[in-house]
Amino acid sequence: MKAFDYARAATPADAIGTDARIIAGGTNLLDLMKLQVETPARLIDINHVGLDGVERDGEGLRIGALVRNSDLAAHPAVRQDWPLLSRAILAGASPQLRNRATTGGNLMQRTRCYYFYDVDAPCNKRVPGSGCGAIGGVNRIHAILGASDHCIATYPGDMAVALSALDAVVEVEGPGGRREIAATDFHRLPGDRPDLDTELQPGEMILSVRLPAPLGGRQIYRKVRDRRSYAFALVSVAAVVTMRAGRMDRVRLAFGNVAHKPWRAPAAERMLTGQAPSPELFARAAEAVLEGARGQGHNDFKIPLLRRTLAAVLAEAVQETE
Amino acid sequence: MDVTLTVNGTPHVLEIDDPRVSLLDALRQRLDLTGTKKGCDHGQCGACTVIVNGRRINSCLTLAVMHEGDEITTIEGIGTPGDLAPLQQAFIRHDGFQCGYCTPGQIMSATAMLEELRQGWPSQVTGDLGSPALSDDEIRERMSGNLCRCSCYPNIVDAIREVAGKAAEGAA
Repeated sequence: MKAFDYARAATPADAIGTDARIIAGGTNLLDLMKLQVETPARLIDINHVGLDGVERDGEGLRIGALVRNSDLAAHPAVRQDWPLLSRAILAGASPQLRNRATTGGNLMQRTRCYYFYDVDAPCNKRVPGSGCGAIGGVNRIHAILGASDHCIATYPGDMAVALSALDAVVEVEGPGGRREIAATDFHRLPGDRPDLDTELQPGEMILSVRLPAPLGGRQIYRKVRDRRSYAFALVSVAAVVTMRAGRMDRVRLAFGNVAHKPWRAPAAERMLTGQAPSPELFARAAEAVLEGARGQGHNDFKIPLLRRTLAAVLAEAVQETE
Repeated sequence: MDVTLTVNGTPHVLEIDDPRVSLLDALRQRLDLTGTKKGCDHGQCGACTVIVNGRRINSCLTLAVMHEGDEITTIEGIGTPGDLAPLQQAFIRHDGFQCGYCTPGQIMSATAMLEELRQGWPSQVTGDLGSPALSDDEIRERMSGNLCRCSCYPNIVDAIREVAGKAAEGAA
Protein backbone atom coordinates (compact mmCIF):
# COMPACT_ATOMS: atom_id res chain seq x y z
CA MET A 1 0.00 0.00 0.00
CA LYS A 2 1.26 3.49 -0.82
CA ALA A 3 1.55 5.90 2.10
CA PHE A 4 -1.28 8.37 2.59
CA ASP A 5 -2.44 11.01 5.04
CA TYR A 6 -5.48 10.18 7.12
CA ALA A 7 -8.06 12.54 8.60
CA ARG A 8 -11.41 12.06 10.29
CA ALA A 9 -14.40 14.14 9.25
CA ALA A 10 -16.72 15.28 12.02
CA THR A 11 -19.41 16.56 9.66
CA PRO A 12 -20.19 16.05 5.96
CA ALA A 13 -18.86 19.57 5.33
CA ASP A 14 -15.38 18.36 6.34
CA ALA A 15 -15.39 15.91 3.43
CA ILE A 16 -17.19 17.96 0.77
CA GLY A 17 -15.02 19.98 -1.57
CA THR A 18 -11.72 18.42 -0.53
CA ASP A 19 -9.33 16.58 -2.81
CA ALA A 20 -9.07 13.74 -0.28
CA ARG A 21 -10.51 10.37 -1.16
CA ILE A 22 -13.55 9.58 0.99
CA ILE A 23 -13.42 6.30 2.92
CA ALA A 24 -16.53 4.80 4.53
CA GLY A 25 -16.63 1.00 4.93
CA GLY A 26 -13.45 0.73 2.90
CA THR A 27 -14.17 -2.81 1.77
CA ASN A 28 -13.43 -2.07 -1.88
CA LEU A 29 -11.08 0.90 -1.54
CA LEU A 30 -8.65 -0.73 0.91
CA ASP A 31 -8.64 -3.93 -1.12
CA LEU A 32 -7.57 -1.91 -4.18
CA MET A 33 -5.08 0.19 -2.17
CA LYS A 34 -3.32 -2.95 -0.96
CA LEU A 35 -2.74 -3.88 -4.58
CA GLN A 36 -1.72 -0.31 -5.46
CA VAL A 37 -4.53 -0.16 -7.99
CA GLU A 38 -5.75 2.81 -5.96
CA THR A 39 -3.09 5.16 -4.57
CA PRO A 40 -4.83 8.12 -2.92
CA ALA A 41 -2.52 10.66 -1.27
CA ARG A 42 -5.14 11.55 1.35
CA LEU A 43 -8.06 9.72 2.92
CA ILE A 44 -10.90 11.34 4.78
CA ASP A 45 -12.88 9.00 7.03
CA ILE A 46 -16.61 9.79 7.06
CA ASN A 47 -17.68 7.02 9.45
CA HIS A 48 -18.52 9.54 12.17
CA VAL A 49 -20.42 12.22 10.25
CA GLY A 50 -23.91 10.82 10.94
CA LEU A 51 -25.99 10.18 7.79
CA ASP A 52 -26.62 6.70 9.22
CA GLY A 53 -30.40 6.74 9.57
CA VAL A 54 -33.31 5.42 7.52
CA GLU A 55 -36.33 7.69 7.66
CA ARG A 56 -39.75 8.04 6.05
CA ASP A 57 -39.87 10.59 3.24
CA GLY A 58 -43.53 11.04 2.34
CA GLU A 59 -44.52 7.69 0.87
CA GLY A 60 -40.89 6.93 0.24
CA LEU A 61 -37.76 6.37 2.26
CA ARG A 62 -34.54 8.33 2.70
CA ILE A 63 -31.49 6.19 3.37
CA GLY A 64 -28.39 7.86 4.79
CA ALA A 65 -25.15 7.31 2.90
CA LEU A 66 -23.56 5.67 5.95
CA VAL A 67 -26.32 3.10 6.55
CA ARG A 68 -24.61 -0.28 6.50
CA ASN A 69 -25.75 -2.82 3.92
CA SER A 70 -26.77 -5.27 6.68
CA ASP A 71 -28.97 -2.72 8.40
CA LEU A 72 -30.60 -1.65 5.16
CA ALA A 73 -31.36 -5.21 4.06
CA ALA A 74 -32.85 -6.04 7.49
CA HIS A 75 -34.81 -2.78 7.85
CA PRO A 76 -38.50 -3.64 8.41
CA ALA A 77 -39.77 -1.00 5.97
CA VAL A 78 -37.40 -2.12 3.23
CA ARG A 79 -38.31 -5.78 3.72
CA GLN A 80 -41.99 -4.90 3.64
CA ASP A 81 -42.25 -2.32 0.88
CA TRP A 82 -39.06 -2.51 -1.22
CA PRO A 83 -38.19 -6.23 -0.92
CA LEU A 84 -36.25 -6.05 -4.18
CA LEU A 85 -33.65 -3.93 -2.41
CA SER A 86 -33.29 -6.32 0.54
CA ARG A 87 -32.96 -9.27 -1.81
CA ALA A 88 -30.34 -7.59 -3.99
CA ILE A 89 -28.21 -6.55 -1.02
CA LEU A 90 -28.44 -10.00 0.55
CA ALA A 91 -27.33 -11.56 -2.75
CA GLY A 92 -24.07 -9.63 -2.61
CA ALA A 93 -20.75 -10.08 -0.80
CA SER A 94 -20.54 -11.85 2.59
CA PRO A 95 -22.15 -11.06 5.96
CA GLN A 96 -18.86 -9.60 7.24
CA LEU A 97 -18.57 -7.28 4.24
CA ARG A 98 -22.24 -6.24 4.40
CA ASN A 99 -21.75 -5.33 8.08
CA ARG A 100 -19.09 -2.83 7.08
CA ALA A 101 -20.10 -1.69 3.59
CA THR A 102 -22.29 1.41 3.36
CA THR A 103 -25.04 2.58 1.04
CA GLY A 104 -22.91 5.34 -0.48
CA GLY A 105 -19.77 3.24 -0.58
CA ASN A 106 -21.56 0.38 -2.30
CA LEU A 107 -22.51 2.81 -5.09
CA MET A 108 -18.90 4.01 -5.25
CA GLN A 109 -17.31 0.56 -5.56
CA ARG A 110 -15.26 0.46 -8.71
CA THR A 111 -16.57 -0.91 -11.98
CA ARG A 112 -13.84 -3.40 -12.62
CA CYS A 113 -12.41 -6.59 -14.07
CA TYR A 114 -9.35 -8.72 -13.39
CA TYR A 115 -7.16 -6.68 -15.75
CA PHE A 116 -8.00 -3.61 -13.64
CA TYR A 117 -6.66 -5.50 -10.61
CA ASP A 118 -3.47 -6.62 -12.39
CA VAL A 119 -1.12 -3.63 -12.26
CA ASP A 120 1.17 -5.31 -14.81
CA ALA A 121 -1.59 -5.51 -17.43
CA PRO A 122 -2.82 -2.69 -19.66
CA CYS A 123 -6.08 -1.14 -18.48
CA ASN A 124 -7.63 2.09 -19.72
CA LYS A 125 -9.62 2.38 -16.52
CA ARG A 126 -6.55 2.18 -14.26
CA VAL A 127 -4.08 3.93 -16.57
CA PRO A 128 -5.93 5.91 -19.28
CA GLY A 129 -4.45 5.29 -22.70
CA SER A 130 -2.64 2.06 -21.74
CA GLY A 131 -5.05 -0.19 -23.65
CA CYS A 132 -7.48 -2.94 -22.65
CA GLY A 133 -6.24 -6.40 -21.79
CA ALA A 134 -9.72 -7.84 -21.74
CA ILE A 135 -10.58 -7.10 -25.37
CA GLY A 136 -9.15 -10.12 -27.14
CA GLY A 137 -8.05 -11.51 -23.77
CA VAL A 138 -9.83 -13.52 -21.12
CA ASN A 139 -13.28 -11.96 -20.97
CA ARG A 140 -15.80 -14.42 -19.54
CA ILE A 141 -17.16 -11.92 -16.97
CA HIS A 142 -17.28 -8.91 -19.24
CA ALA A 143 -19.93 -6.65 -20.74
CA ILE A 144 -22.33 -7.56 -23.53
CA LEU A 145 -24.11 -4.19 -23.55
CA GLY A 146 -22.89 -0.62 -23.77
CA ALA A 147 -19.17 -1.46 -23.93
CA SER A 148 -16.64 0.59 -25.87
CA ASP A 149 -13.35 -0.05 -27.63
CA HIS A 150 -11.69 1.30 -24.49
CA CYS A 151 -13.30 -0.81 -21.78
CA ILE A 152 -15.56 -3.84 -21.43
CA ALA A 153 -15.61 -4.07 -17.62
CA THR A 154 -18.89 -4.61 -15.76
CA TYR A 155 -20.30 -2.91 -12.70
CA PRO A 156 -20.33 -5.83 -10.26
CA GLY A 157 -22.71 -4.63 -7.54
CA ASP A 158 -26.22 -5.87 -6.78
CA MET A 159 -27.71 -3.07 -4.65
CA ALA A 160 -27.46 -0.47 -7.43
CA VAL A 161 -29.28 -2.77 -9.86
CA ALA A 162 -32.26 -2.83 -7.50
CA LEU A 163 -32.02 0.94 -6.94
CA SER A 164 -32.16 1.46 -10.70
CA ALA A 165 -35.27 -0.70 -11.05
CA LEU A 166 -36.91 1.06 -8.08
CA ASP A 167 -36.36 4.55 -9.59
CA ALA A 168 -34.25 5.61 -6.61
CA VAL A 169 -32.54 8.98 -6.52
CA VAL A 170 -29.02 9.68 -5.23
CA GLU A 171 -28.69 12.95 -3.30
CA VAL A 172 -25.20 14.45 -3.46
CA GLU A 173 -23.57 17.63 -2.26
CA GLY A 174 -20.54 19.44 -3.65
CA PRO A 175 -18.93 22.83 -3.21
CA GLY A 176 -21.60 24.25 -5.55
CA GLY A 177 -24.52 22.88 -3.53
CA ARG A 178 -26.82 19.87 -3.54
CA ARG A 179 -28.18 18.02 -6.53
CA GLU A 180 -30.01 14.81 -7.32
CA ILE A 181 -28.99 12.09 -9.74
CA ALA A 182 -31.34 9.26 -10.76
CA ALA A 183 -29.85 5.96 -9.62
CA THR A 184 -30.13 4.73 -13.21
CA ASP A 185 -27.93 7.61 -14.38
CA PHE A 186 -25.47 7.54 -11.48
CA HIS A 187 -23.08 5.10 -13.15
CA ARG A 188 -21.61 5.84 -16.59
CA LEU A 189 -20.95 3.89 -19.73
CA PRO A 190 -17.20 3.68 -20.48
CA GLY A 191 -17.03 5.54 -23.78
CA ASP A 192 -13.53 7.00 -24.10
CA ARG A 193 -13.29 7.77 -20.36
CA PRO A 194 -13.51 4.40 -18.60
CA ASP A 195 -11.52 5.88 -15.72
CA LEU A 196 -14.79 7.60 -14.71
CA ASP A 197 -17.26 5.13 -13.18
CA THR A 198 -19.93 7.56 -12.00
CA GLU A 199 -21.37 11.02 -12.55
CA LEU A 200 -20.17 12.14 -9.10
CA GLN A 201 -17.91 15.15 -9.62
CA PRO A 202 -14.65 15.86 -7.75
CA GLY A 203 -15.44 17.32 -4.33
CA GLU A 204 -18.95 15.88 -4.26
CA MET A 205 -20.17 13.42 -1.66
CA ILE A 206 -23.24 11.18 -1.51
CA LEU A 207 -25.56 12.23 1.33
CA SER A 208 -28.44 9.83 0.90
CA VAL A 209 -30.45 7.63 -1.42
CA ARG A 210 -34.17 8.27 -1.74
CA LEU A 211 -36.68 5.60 -2.62
CA PRO A 212 -39.97 6.77 -4.13
CA ALA A 213 -43.33 5.31 -3.05
CA PRO A 214 -43.48 1.51 -3.02
CA LEU A 215 -44.37 -0.10 -6.35
CA GLY A 216 -45.94 -3.21 -4.83
CA GLY A 217 -46.32 -6.29 -6.97
CA ARG A 218 -43.92 -9.15 -7.11
CA GLN A 219 -40.27 -8.16 -6.72
CA ILE A 220 -37.60 -10.63 -7.78
CA TYR A 221 -33.81 -10.41 -7.79
CA ARG A 222 -32.34 -13.41 -9.61
CA LYS A 223 -28.57 -13.68 -9.58
CA VAL A 224 -26.90 -16.30 -11.75
CA ARG A 225 -23.30 -17.03 -10.81
CA ASP A 226 -20.62 -19.68 -10.56
CA ARG A 227 -21.39 -20.56 -6.93
CA ARG A 228 -24.47 -20.09 -4.77
CA SER A 229 -23.11 -17.47 -2.42
CA TYR A 230 -20.38 -14.84 -2.14
CA ALA A 231 -19.66 -14.47 -5.86
CA PHE A 232 -20.33 -11.79 -8.43
CA ALA A 233 -23.14 -12.36 -10.88
CA LEU A 234 -22.62 -13.45 -14.45
CA VAL A 235 -26.08 -12.06 -15.15
CA SER A 236 -28.57 -10.72 -12.62
CA VAL A 237 -32.16 -9.62 -13.21
CA ALA A 238 -34.09 -7.22 -10.98
CA ALA A 239 -37.79 -7.22 -11.76
CA VAL A 240 -40.88 -5.54 -10.35
CA VAL A 241 -44.19 -6.57 -11.92
CA THR A 242 -47.67 -5.64 -10.81
CA MET A 243 -50.71 -7.26 -12.40
CA ARG A 244 -54.17 -5.91 -13.15
CA ALA A 245 -56.95 -8.04 -14.65
CA GLY A 246 -54.52 -10.58 -16.04
CA ARG A 247 -52.25 -8.00 -17.64
CA MET A 248 -48.92 -6.63 -16.57
CA ASP A 249 -49.57 -3.18 -15.18
CA ARG A 250 -46.27 -1.82 -13.89
CA VAL A 251 -43.01 -3.35 -15.06
CA ARG A 252 -39.49 -2.39 -13.97
CA LEU A 253 -36.46 -4.29 -15.26
CA ALA A 254 -32.77 -3.81 -14.55
CA PHE A 255 -29.82 -6.09 -15.24
CA GLY A 256 -26.54 -6.54 -13.42
CA ASN A 257 -23.06 -7.58 -14.61
CA VAL A 258 -23.87 -7.14 -18.28
CA ALA A 259 -22.59 -3.57 -18.69
CA HIS A 260 -20.39 -0.86 -17.20
CA LYS A 261 -23.45 0.20 -15.17
CA PRO A 262 -26.74 -1.29 -13.96
CA TRP A 263 -28.66 -1.75 -17.21
CA ARG A 264 -32.24 -0.50 -17.11
CA ALA A 265 -34.45 -1.69 -19.98
CA PRO A 266 -37.19 0.90 -20.72
CA ALA A 267 -38.04 -0.45 -24.18
CA ALA A 268 -38.71 -3.93 -22.78
CA GLU A 269 -40.73 -2.43 -19.92
CA ARG A 270 -42.95 -0.56 -22.41
CA MET A 271 -43.36 -3.68 -24.52
CA LEU A 272 -44.63 -5.67 -21.52
CA THR A 273 -46.80 -2.99 -19.90
CA GLY A 274 -50.52 -3.49 -20.44
CA GLN A 275 -50.03 -6.88 -22.07
CA ALA A 276 -51.09 -10.36 -21.04
CA PRO A 277 -48.03 -12.44 -20.21
CA SER A 278 -46.89 -15.11 -22.65
CA PRO A 279 -43.60 -16.89 -23.35
CA GLU A 280 -43.54 -15.33 -26.84
CA LEU A 281 -43.88 -11.84 -25.39
CA PHE A 282 -41.16 -12.53 -22.82
CA ALA A 283 -38.87 -13.66 -25.65
CA ARG A 284 -39.54 -10.45 -27.58
CA ALA A 285 -38.88 -8.40 -24.45
CA ALA A 286 -35.52 -10.15 -24.05
CA GLU A 287 -34.63 -9.27 -27.63
CA ALA A 288 -35.49 -5.64 -26.83
CA VAL A 289 -33.14 -5.73 -23.85
CA LEU A 290 -30.44 -7.31 -25.97
CA GLU A 291 -30.65 -4.86 -28.86
CA GLY A 292 -27.06 -4.07 -29.78
CA ALA A 293 -25.67 -6.78 -27.49
CA ARG A 294 -22.27 -8.08 -28.49
CA GLY A 295 -20.22 -10.88 -26.98
CA GLN A 296 -16.45 -10.72 -26.65
CA GLY A 297 -15.85 -14.43 -27.13
CA HIS A 298 -15.69 -16.01 -23.70
CA ASN A 299 -18.74 -14.11 -22.51
CA ASP A 300 -20.96 -14.92 -25.51
CA PHE A 301 -22.95 -17.23 -23.22
CA LYS A 302 -24.27 -14.20 -21.32
CA ILE A 303 -26.60 -13.34 -24.22
CA PRO A 304 -28.68 -16.56 -24.05
CA LEU A 305 -28.23 -16.57 -20.27
CA LEU A 306 -29.88 -13.15 -19.99
CA ARG A 307 -32.67 -14.25 -22.33
CA ARG A 308 -33.43 -17.37 -20.28
CA THR A 309 -33.04 -15.72 -16.88
CA LEU A 310 -35.41 -12.92 -17.85
CA ALA A 311 -37.99 -15.41 -19.14
CA ALA A 312 -37.79 -17.40 -15.90
CA VAL A 313 -38.06 -14.29 -13.73
CA LEU A 314 -41.04 -12.91 -15.66
CA ALA A 315 -42.83 -16.26 -15.58
CA GLU A 316 -42.42 -16.34 -11.81
CA ALA A 317 -43.40 -12.71 -11.38
CA VAL A 318 -46.69 -12.94 -13.24
CA GLN A 319 -47.62 -16.31 -11.80
CA GLU A 320 -47.42 -15.11 -8.22
CA THR A 321 -49.20 -11.82 -8.67
CA GLU A 322 -52.21 -13.06 -10.62
CA MET B 1 -2.05 9.40 16.09
CA ASP B 2 -3.20 7.73 19.30
CA VAL B 3 -6.03 5.26 18.93
CA THR B 4 -7.91 3.72 21.84
CA LEU B 5 -9.22 0.23 21.18
CA THR B 6 -11.09 -1.71 23.82
CA VAL B 7 -10.18 -5.30 23.08
CA ASN B 8 -11.89 -8.10 24.98
CA GLY B 9 -12.89 -5.58 27.60
CA THR B 10 -9.46 -4.04 28.12
CA PRO B 11 -8.72 -0.52 26.80
CA HIS B 12 -5.44 -0.13 24.91
CA VAL B 13 -3.95 3.13 23.66
CA LEU B 14 -1.96 2.48 20.51
CA GLU B 15 0.32 5.00 18.91
CA ILE B 16 -0.26 4.54 15.20
CA ASP B 17 2.36 6.49 13.25
CA ASP B 18 1.42 5.11 9.86
CA PRO B 19 -2.29 4.90 9.05
CA ARG B 20 -1.68 1.94 6.75
CA VAL B 21 -1.88 -0.44 9.74
CA SER B 22 -4.94 -2.65 9.38
CA LEU B 23 -7.00 -3.52 12.43
CA LEU B 24 -5.81 -7.11 11.90
CA ASP B 25 -2.13 -6.16 12.02
CA ALA B 26 -2.70 -3.94 15.07
CA LEU B 27 -4.29 -6.85 16.94
CA ARG B 28 -1.64 -9.37 15.95
CA GLN B 29 1.54 -7.31 15.93
CA ARG B 30 0.89 -4.58 18.46
CA LEU B 31 -1.30 -6.40 20.98
CA ASP B 32 0.12 -9.90 20.38
CA LEU B 33 -3.38 -11.29 19.95
CA THR B 34 -2.36 -13.81 17.30
CA GLY B 35 -5.51 -15.90 17.51
CA THR B 36 -7.00 -13.75 14.75
CA LYS B 37 -5.49 -15.09 11.52
CA LYS B 38 -4.35 -13.46 8.31
CA GLY B 39 -5.45 -15.56 5.36
CA CYS B 40 -6.02 -13.73 2.09
CA ASP B 41 -5.71 -10.20 3.55
CA HIS B 42 -8.41 -9.12 1.05
CA GLY B 43 -11.71 -9.91 2.76
CA GLN B 44 -12.30 -13.08 0.82
CA CYS B 45 -11.53 -15.86 3.32
CA GLY B 46 -12.90 -14.69 6.68
CA ALA B 47 -9.93 -15.95 8.75
CA CYS B 48 -9.51 -12.45 10.21
CA THR B 49 -13.13 -12.11 11.39
CA VAL B 50 -13.53 -10.19 14.65
CA ILE B 51 -16.57 -8.59 16.30
CA VAL B 52 -16.52 -4.78 16.39
CA ASN B 53 -19.29 -3.03 18.34
CA GLY B 54 -21.33 -6.22 18.12
CA ARG B 55 -20.84 -6.79 14.37
CA ARG B 56 -18.60 -9.34 12.68
CA ILE B 57 -16.26 -7.76 10.14
CA ASN B 58 -13.09 -8.61 8.23
CA SER B 59 -10.32 -7.00 10.32
CA CYS B 60 -7.98 -7.07 7.29
CA LEU B 61 -10.16 -4.65 5.31
CA THR B 62 -10.29 -1.85 7.81
CA LEU B 63 -7.67 0.51 9.24
CA ALA B 64 -6.85 0.55 12.95
CA VAL B 65 -7.18 4.35 12.96
CA MET B 66 -10.80 3.99 11.86
CA HIS B 67 -11.69 2.28 15.17
CA GLU B 68 -11.09 4.97 17.80
CA GLY B 69 -13.22 4.09 20.82
CA ASP B 70 -14.53 0.83 19.35
CA GLU B 71 -15.20 -2.34 21.33
CA ILE B 72 -13.50 -5.31 19.72
CA THR B 73 -13.88 -8.98 20.56
CA THR B 74 -11.32 -11.46 19.26
CA ILE B 75 -11.12 -15.22 19.66
CA GLU B 76 -9.09 -14.66 22.85
CA GLY B 77 -12.18 -12.98 24.32
CA ILE B 78 -14.47 -15.89 23.44
CA GLY B 79 -12.88 -18.71 25.42
CA THR B 80 -9.63 -19.96 26.90
CA PRO B 81 -8.04 -23.42 26.77
CA GLY B 82 -9.42 -24.11 30.23
CA ASP B 83 -12.79 -22.53 29.63
CA LEU B 84 -13.92 -23.07 26.05
CA ALA B 85 -17.02 -21.40 24.66
CA PRO B 86 -19.89 -23.73 23.63
CA LEU B 87 -19.08 -23.19 19.92
CA GLN B 88 -15.43 -24.09 20.52
CA GLN B 89 -16.46 -27.28 22.34
CA ALA B 90 -18.88 -28.12 19.54
CA PHE B 91 -16.20 -27.65 16.87
CA ILE B 92 -14.02 -30.17 18.74
CA ARG B 93 -16.88 -32.60 19.30
CA HIS B 94 -17.91 -32.49 15.64
CA ASP B 95 -14.37 -32.42 14.24
CA GLY B 96 -15.06 -29.05 12.61
CA PHE B 97 -11.47 -28.48 11.50
CA GLN B 98 -8.31 -30.15 10.33
CA CYS B 99 -5.45 -27.63 10.22
CA GLY B 100 -7.37 -25.15 12.37
CA TYR B 101 -6.16 -22.01 10.62
CA CYS B 102 -9.63 -20.79 9.66
CA THR B 103 -11.18 -21.88 12.97
CA PRO B 104 -10.87 -18.63 14.99
CA GLY B 105 -12.58 -16.79 12.12
CA GLN B 106 -15.24 -19.50 11.87
CA ILE B 107 -15.94 -19.29 15.61
CA MET B 108 -16.10 -15.48 15.61
CA SER B 109 -18.32 -15.48 12.54
CA ALA B 110 -20.64 -18.15 13.97
CA THR B 111 -20.85 -16.31 17.29
CA ALA B 112 -22.04 -13.13 15.59
CA MET B 113 -24.19 -15.05 13.12
CA LEU B 114 -26.24 -16.62 15.91
CA GLU B 115 -26.91 -13.15 17.28
CA GLU B 116 -27.96 -11.92 13.80
CA LEU B 117 -30.37 -14.86 13.60
CA ARG B 118 -31.71 -14.02 17.04
CA GLN B 119 -32.37 -10.47 15.85
CA GLY B 120 -34.31 -11.86 12.87
CA TRP B 121 -32.01 -10.64 10.12
CA PRO B 122 -32.95 -12.24 6.80
CA SER B 123 -30.49 -13.87 4.41
CA GLN B 124 -30.78 -14.56 0.71
CA VAL B 125 -32.23 -18.02 1.48
CA THR B 126 -34.92 -16.60 3.79
CA GLY B 127 -37.74 -17.05 1.28
CA ASP B 128 -40.15 -14.31 2.34
CA LEU B 129 -37.62 -12.03 4.08
CA GLY B 130 -39.58 -12.77 7.27
CA SER B 131 -38.22 -14.23 10.46
CA PRO B 132 -35.62 -16.79 9.47
CA ALA B 133 -35.83 -20.29 10.92
CA LEU B 134 -32.62 -22.11 11.67
CA SER B 135 -31.85 -24.56 8.89
CA ASP B 136 -28.72 -26.02 7.36
CA ASP B 137 -29.31 -23.82 4.31
CA GLU B 138 -29.40 -20.72 6.51
CA ILE B 139 -26.24 -21.77 8.36
CA ARG B 140 -24.38 -22.46 5.10
CA GLU B 141 -25.47 -19.17 3.55
CA ARG B 142 -24.67 -17.13 6.65
CA MET B 143 -21.24 -18.73 6.98
CA SER B 144 -20.36 -18.19 3.31
CA GLY B 145 -17.84 -15.49 4.20
CA ASN B 146 -15.60 -18.06 5.92
CA LEU B 147 -13.61 -20.45 3.77
CA CYS B 148 -12.08 -23.71 4.99
CA ARG B 149 -9.43 -25.11 2.66
CA CYS B 150 -9.58 -28.43 4.55
CA SER B 151 -13.27 -28.41 3.57
CA CYS B 152 -14.67 -29.28 6.98
CA TYR B 153 -17.93 -27.61 6.03
CA PRO B 154 -20.33 -30.47 6.93
CA ASN B 155 -18.84 -30.75 10.42
CA ILE B 156 -18.82 -26.98 10.88
CA VAL B 157 -22.53 -26.91 10.03
CA ASP B 158 -23.12 -29.76 12.52
CA ALA B 159 -21.30 -27.89 15.27
CA ILE B 160 -23.15 -24.63 14.69
CA ARG B 161 -26.51 -26.37 14.40
CA GLU B 162 -25.98 -28.06 17.76
CA VAL B 163 -25.11 -24.82 19.56
CA ALA B 164 -27.88 -22.87 17.82
CA GLY B 165 -30.39 -25.59 18.71
CA LYS B 166 -29.39 -25.49 22.37
CA ALA B 167 -29.63 -21.70 22.39
CA ALA B 168 -33.14 -21.94 20.91
CA GLU B 169 -34.17 -24.50 23.57
CA GLY B 170 -32.75 -22.26 26.27
CA ALA B 171 -34.74 -19.30 24.99
CA ALA B 172 -37.98 -21.28 24.70
